[in-house]
Amino acid sequence: MRSMEGRETRRHLLLLLPALLVLALLFAYPLLGIVNRSVYKAGYTLQFYRQIFRIPVYLQVLAATFKVSAVVTIVCLVLGYPLAYVLATRRPRTAQLLMIIVVLPFFTSIIVRTYAWMVLLGRNGIVNQYLMALGFTDKPLPLLYNQAGVVIGMSYVLLPYMVLTVYSVMRGIDPGLVRAAHSLGASRMQAFGRVFLPLSLPGIAGGTLLVFILSLGFFITPALMGGPGDMMIAMLIEREVEITLNWSFASALAVVLLALTLIGFAGYNRIVRLERIFEGRG
Amino acid sequence: MMGLEGQRSGPGGVAVTALAVAILVFLIAPVVIIVIVSFSGADYLTFPPPYLSLRWYQRFLGTPSWRQAIGVSTQVALLTMVFATTLGLLAALALVRGRFRAKGAIYAVLLSPMIVPTIITAIGLYFFFVRLKATGSILAMALGHTVLALPVVVIIMAAALQGFDMRLEQAALSLGASRLTALRRITLPLILPGLLSAALFAFLTSFDELLIPLFLSGVEVQTLTVRIWNSLILEVDPTIAAVSSFLIGVTTVVLGASAFLRGRGETTTT
Repeated sequence: MRSMEGRETRRHLLLLLPALLVLALLFAYPLLGIVNRSVYKAGYTLQFYRQIFRIPVYLQVLAATFKVSAVVTIVCLVLGYPLAYVLATRRPRTAQLLMIIVVLPFFTSIIVRTYAWMVLLGRNGIVNQYLMALGFTDKPLPLLYNQAGVVIGMSYVLLPYMVLTVYSVMRGIDPGLVRAAHSLGASRMQAFGRVFLPLSLPGIAGGTLLVFILSLGFFITPALMGGPGDMMIAMLIEREVEITLNWSFASALAVVLLALTLIGFAGYNRIVRLERIFEGRG
Repeated sequence: MMGLEGQRSGPGGVAVTALAVAILVFLIAPVVIIVIVSFSGADYLTFPPPYLSLRWYQRFLGTPSWRQAIGVSTQVALLTMVFATTLGLLAALALVRGRFRAKGAIYAVLLSPMIVPTIITAIGLYFFFVRLKATGSILAMALGHTVLALPVVVIIMAAALQGFDMRLEQAALSLGASRLTALRRITLPLILPGLLSAALFAFLTSFDELLIPLFLSGVEVQTLTVRIWNSLILEVDPTIAAVSSFLIGVTTVVLGASAFLRGRGETTTT
């Protein structure tokens, strides 16, 4: 009996082996390579980390990254919570249909979504065409190649993550509890504020954390929609690899970004399980 | 009756619903507008287009470098699909059926490429393949995308296998089928909808992704996304509207097919 179970287990571990080997070679090993490169250049050194935290330009990049990520997270929460709430309180069939509208952009290439906003927000873009035609402004507003553009673009790209996280938590709330509050005489506002909102807090925490972490490592949207002064950490990493060719410094930056991300996800995983996002797709 | 509706709409029912509709419009409008303006006949992308034409599609499909990019993207995505689906299916089989310690940890390891910012994975692979002098190769890009697509396949397959009734396979075994026969004749046909869906999402993950090929592609070998990127850092070219609509079309087909397959999957396994 025991040996049969042992054989079974060995068979299952064998099935896992190919995937784990590929990840070890093409994911773990390259990541360790980055860590090694960040501390080793003709001998062990911490000079590249010192560079990040001592040189004002780089500190500014870090600060800008945090600032943009915080603003994007707030925008996503403000837009995402009410949408998730409305979806979660509709009949499942209706919610599923409306979810298509959240999921289609979610699975559309980020560069395509970024391009769409570049067409909308450019100097002669569609938004400015309408604003001028409607008499809101005489001159085109600067909406692209600045921080406003970055925030709009990133919020758009990341909003589905917020909606799906909050929605997955809200779907798990027993509607009977809200009904009970009503039957005990609570007004709509009270039932929401005292019962539903507190129960949805894990969704708020999870969504906020997820969007913030993803923002920290964002590259495509800020690189295309930002101005010269809107450098974020992922753009700095790319520049150091491709243009400055300072791979050690790029590696140190990557390790800092990776550490921040892992800390954030450790928190996220305690609140909402990661795969729930993907399963919430429809 | 009234009570039920009351809880459904919650605070400020109408206002909140109106807000939700506005946010849904915000989500879908850019996608819809890009598809519409891609058929514009004008030199600039105005909305609505003054008249319709296929000129941007002619420019897209008539330019050799764009056509090559479609070919490269397709090859990379097909290879990724084969690699990731095979690896992910085997791993999901072990994770769903196996009883061993550290299962949670192994699951977390398999999902970890989803967590690490893609820019980091991309430069890690770039340093790795530069040393092997293998940048600019389709295989290198496909291997990089396999890392990103693997978690997607594992999640979809684990869900599909959890819905699979093990007794069907046990029945086949007890009737004398070998393990391989039981897998081939009973299990695989039943989980096929999930498997196809996972394969489609693996394809899409690769087809849509920019960062890995941005670092790994060469001058000659560029994916569609890299070609878009190279064009966008110079100017907002209307041809990209046609290319974007093509990519949105691919996404729509994948989502539609997987919804259809899920419908099929539910009728066959329950």
